[in-house]
Amino acid sequence: MADLGYRKESPSQTAGPYVHIGCTPNFSGMAMYGGTDLGSTMITGPVQGTQITLTGSVIDGTGTVLRDAMVEIWQADAVGRFAGHADADPHFTGWGRSPGDMDTGAFRFDTVKPGRVAWPDGRLQAPHITVWIVARGINLGLHTRAYFEDEEAANATDPILSRIEHRGRVPTLIAQKTAPATYRFDIRLQGDGETIFFDI
Amino acid sequence: MTPGFIARDRDWHPPALHTPYKTSVPRSPRLAPLSFGTSRSEETGPVFGHDMLGPLDNDMILNFAAPGEMAIGPRIVVQGRVMDETGRGVAGALVEVWQANAGGRYRHKKEGYLAPLDPNFGGCGRVISGPDGHYEFRTVQPGPYPWPNGPNDWRPAHIHFSVFGHSFAQRLITQMYFEGDPMIWNCPIVGSIPSRDAVERLIATLDMAQTIPMDARAYRFDIVLRGRRQTHFENRKEGG
Repeated sequence: MADLGYRKESPSQTAGPYVHIGCTPNFSGMAMYGGTDLGSTMITGPVQGTQITLTGSVIDGTGTVLRDAMVEIWQADAVGRFAGHADADPHFTGWGRSPGDMDTGAFRFDTVKPGRVAWPDGRLQAPHITVWIVARGINLGLHTRAYFEDEEAANATDPILSRIEHRGRVPTLIAQKTAPATYRFDIRLQGDGETIFFDI
Repeated sequence: MTPGFIARDRDWHPPALHTPYKTSVPRSPRLAPLSFGTSRSEETGPVFGHDMLGPLDNDMILNFAAPGEMAIGPRIVVQGRVMDETGRGVAGALVEVWQANAGGRYRHKKEGYLAPLDPNFGGCGRVISGPDGHYEFRTVQPGPYPWPNGPNDWRPAHIHFSVFGHSFAQRLITQMYFEGDPMIWNCPIVGSIPSRDAVERLIATLDMAQTIPMDARAYRFDIVLRGRRQTHFENRKEGG
């Protein structure tokens, strides 16, 4: 085949056991960058919409919770606009990064319930949060999405959720409401209930 | 409205499961990933401004050192371009780096290697690429170190890179190795990459032209992120 001049993407390598040194140094005990880790605060002022907490664990194929993972999320604001858009909520960054709790490994994001975002063909997607997971032993960062248990009608017509062949796996993408404004989203890397990961 | 991303070549990247890298065994998904085209949820991403950076953020020789002190080790400058698969420079890309010190020891509570910490070396830095995608940082060359995997596995000298492009679909974490290091070809983590050609994209080249006389050697390391399709004939609703 003729060479069209494209470059290959840099190949991925694992984030390794010390990803927190580089990405959340203050969490790792190093006073760096003015004392604040990037992505630790998503709400920077009087934000629009419903404030929520998203928590969960990353669990390996033996049922063990990871304590050295890093989870990042990216999402629209309460009306479905992403930070960077001229009309997006100025008090919401849309991006969060969690090193997980020092003892339990559980990640936590204090954020807002996202609004609906258009699919390329114009249909509306159900409210969702884009999730990315890296850790020692993960060779290429894993993309998935967290949808919401209490958005049943929107979930039913979501362009991605509605086309998943293995219906029994759909619940792996749905965050469960465990308390008012609190959702739990566990990520299973392997085995029973393996989370659906995306090749996007 | 912008076109979507060029599909990721998953045969070029390491597979999730590479048994010689033991931790990948319980942490690798076994089912096929779900493929679909990108939407705004993946085509947008956080933007980081140069104003968030401190003057020493990209200088690991000084950014953890006591006043008047410097990190110990072979002084190097790492520089290169962040670009996409079409060869265009990616401006404003946040590059975060972390590494062991010159003795191969990380500043981390779970690190058990007997090599000592350097009190003047933290091991993390960050930089944002300029208008043409150029970035650089200064550090000391990290040492190789043993790690608990096989009975006698050693990591080649390496620097970890976390890179943001303009969209979440471009998010990438990788590692940079050093030209001529024989340890590269014995490493189970490097070995997770299927082809030698792909491994070579992660090996920085000694750049004598950029080396600062009587001060620091320079290494060149270009980073390629996913690119967007460039056709305007996209199967999309206007404004969607």
